[in-house]
Amino acid sequence: MKRTNLLLLAAVVVIAALPLILPLPGGLAEPFAGADAQAQTAITAANPDYQPWFTPLWEPPSGEIESLLFALQAALGAGLLGYYLGLRRGESQRRKSDADPARLDAQAVDARD
Amino acid sequence: MHIMEGFLPPVHAAVWGLASLPFLVMGARSVARVTREHPRAKLLLASAGAFAFVLSALKIPSVTGSCSHPTGTGLGAILFGPAVMAVLGAIVLLFQALLLAHGGLTTLGANIFSMAIAGPWVAYGVFRLARTLGGPLALGVFLAAALGNLATYLVTSVQLALAFPDPVSGFLGAVTKFGSVFALTQIPLAIIEGLLTVLVVNLLIQFSRDDLDELAFAPGVVR
Repeated sequence: MKRTNLLLLAAVVVIAALPLILPLPGGLAEPFAGADAQAQTAITAANPDYQPWFTPLWEPPSGEIESLLFALQAALGAGLLGYYLGLRRGESQRRKSDADPARLDAQAVDARD
Repeated sequence: MHIMEGFLPPVHAAVWGLASLPFLVMGARSVARVTREHPRAKLLLASAGAFAFVLSALKIPSVTGSCSHPTGTGLGAILFGPAVMAVLGAIVLLFQALLLAHGGLTTLGANIFSMAIAGPWVAYGVFRLARTLGGPLALGVFLAAALGNLATYLVTSVQLALAFPDPVSGFLGAVTKFGSVFALTQIPLAIIEGLLTVLVVNLLIQFSRDDLDELAFAPGVVR
């Protein structure tokens, strides 16, 4: 099981890193731009008259602040998920060791001493 | 898949908002039912939301030379049913609209429809179908998460094409155009999302069998 999970993680890392190693496709305005921004560019290119009728109430004042908030979002998500999995892992291990007769014998020895 | 603030004409923005509304109401009721009937699974529900939170924050490079992000909504959809993800996905999208100027309030309805409704329902449908047909659980989980991810981006392409049909080739031409921005880029990311979802389900089966039994998820699958 552990091996399967490590293989899964390794595959994820390879798929994510491969584009950085492979040669970039030609004709890119900017390497690794966001697809969302590209769609926006496509809209403005095909519809030069379109005026966005609403602007964000607040924008991160710099790329640094933006990356701070993205990192915060990822950290909150990963933190909670890690807490949950760690909690359940601890519970399942405690249950296993409670049910383990060798452990019970050891406890009995402890009790006699 | 985030349509930027102000980038859908008002009528489109309103229609997608109205279309998402019943799913949000259904989702809120579904969340209430899960927490009432399965109090033990509450933390798992929050964790499914957390999975969407972290995955949609990760912008990952793709072979097309652009970056995009997974959605993470397939996991919650197959564990709790697709309805809850409307609410959990909307929270993620609201966070990004308000704090990151990523997506927007006027486009929130459309973005909820693609990421928090269409993706989860496709993921759920694919998962049910895969379970009915048999085959390994992991394959069903992988296909559900990956195809749910692709469905989200397909819906975004359709939403943009409806609002901005191509002057020459019309709606279909525009679907192809926006689809080409998203679809190819998204394929490796959909695979990544599928693999990560299988990984989390593996860990759940290993450590959290009780919570899965509570939800009657994949009964009988033990590690």
